[in-house]
Amino acid sequence: MADTQIAEDQSSAETSTSKIVTLRIAKSNPEKDSVTKFESFQVSYERWTTVLDAILDVKKHLDHSVAVRYSCRQATCGSCGMKINGRPRLACFTKISELDSDVVTVEPMSNYPIVRDLVVDLEKMFDTHKEMKPFMVREDTEITPNSRELLQTPEQVEEYIQFANCIKCGLCNSACPTMATDSSFLGPQALAQAYRYVADSRDKGKNERLKIIDDSHGIWRCHFAGSCSQVCPKGVDPAMGIQMLRGYLLGFRK
Amino acid sequence: MKRNENKEGIKGMANPGRYGIERVSYWLMRITGLGLLAYFIGHIYETSSILSGKAAWDSMLELTQTTQGHIFLTLVIGMCVFHTANGIRLMFAHGGIGIGKPTRPDYPYLPHSMNMKNKLCIYASIGIAALAMMYGLSVLFGE
Amino acid sequence: MRESIIMKIHYGTALGAVVLVAVHILYRITMMSFGDSLEYENVVANYKFIPYAIMLELILVLLSVHGFNGLRVILLELKQGKSYEKAVNYGCLASMAILIAYGSRTILMTSMGMT
Repeated sequence: MADTQIAEDQSSAETSTSKIVTLRIAKSNPEKDSVTKFESFQVSYERWTTVLDAILDVKKHLDHSVAVRYSCRQATCGSCGMKINGRPRLACFTKISELDSDVVTVEPMSNYPIVRDLVVDLEKMFDTHKEMKPFMVREDTEITPNSRELLQTPEQVEEYIQFANCIKCGLCNSACPTMATDSSFLGPQALAQAYRYVADSRDKGKNERLKIIDDSHGIWRCHFAGSCSQVCPKGVDPAMGIQMLRGYLLGFRK
Repeated sequence: MKRNENKEGIKGMANPGRYGIERVSYWLMRITGLGLLAYFIGHIYETSSILSGKAAWDSMLELTQTTQGHIFLTLVIGMCVFHTANGIRLMFAHGGIGIGKPTRPDYPYLPHSMNMKNKLCIYASIGIAALAMMYGLSVLFGE
Repeated sequence: MRESIIMKIHYGTALGAVVLVAVHILYRITMMSFGDSLEYENVVANYKFIPYAIMLELILVLLSVHGFNGLRVILLELKQGKSYEKAVNYGCLASMAILIAYGSRTILMTSMGMT
């Protein structure tokens, strides 16, 4: 049996602790039709097996056609975002054992167009990210002659460094209740990145960015439900960034 | 090629189960806001009957002075108190107050903005709304 | 109008309304029993007391602005599109104006004794 084979592959140790989980994978191909089918596979797992490991096992041994995007396997590239048991997570950062369930259902992230199976199109997120001018806005640079590096105190770095951890995985946009219905909303990813640069003492583009986000589908469509922060795998806390950013618009911050 | 956006839709927006009390408060804020607007419109229509004299006013009042009317009014009290208390919390939060300070995140990456202070304020808003409803019931049915 | 200005009005109307609605409710339950305060004569007397009538008018404006802007926000988030958004913006503005006009008519006529 293929599933038994997988279990043997994974547990070479004599005292195997492997268990079996049912992995339900949503399969769809919008280029053909709009039907989504769930296919179930029995997969063996250890305490340390991630959902991505399980999906790749299925892909290797049981169904080669499963479409999944991944790269680093260590929550750094942000490629393997998907809905795992109804909640957006990184497949490489989610252990099956921590889900505490005999059935693990994996679906493509909501609020993004599906390319195929578990792969979604993140293009719109990258576009809104670019809209936020994710770079230093200032006239001088560190590299012109007679200039020196732009110094910052540790406290000034603390102001934004948390938000610089964003890996653009898109989980926050998938969990956001506003994104669930509002296609024009900038989204927590872009807004948190706007804060990352506005809060950077070296940056001079605050007013430009505040103008961009002060739109009918901009920052005011965030209602601080906090779902974005709850799913962020890097501790970016986009909800905090958005409220801090709104503080500038409301005059609480200078 | 323009693809289907795969939006979660109203069901996903309204689903309060997956993301903790903050998402429940978001949902309650919306529902109570809509409920209060509906009540407000009804209240303005109801009070306009005063222009048609005592008989019209009394007959309009009679409609609301029933058990169902009192239960409805109790719900309105609850909605109003929750919407107010949670709204004040949100106003502070929207200004960046009471949501913690940015720091270098550490595993397991618990978000500072979803702190206990905010959670307690949400529970307190629900609690105060419940108390206000009980007080409302005692005033409305205690006559 | 910039969205930040609209939302500042939204927060301002909320704060104003909280204070005034509290006074409005306290007026109903502290002056006499709740039931008695709703008697026709007592309500008319309330309206004829000008500071109270002004307060009612303020509550009417504050809550209409806050309520219909809240509705606008919800509707804008539900669906998008140029004509839909325009219809929502103007529809909410018109509804707000109609409600204020209708409520003001009651307050004005009753306080002037035209009942």
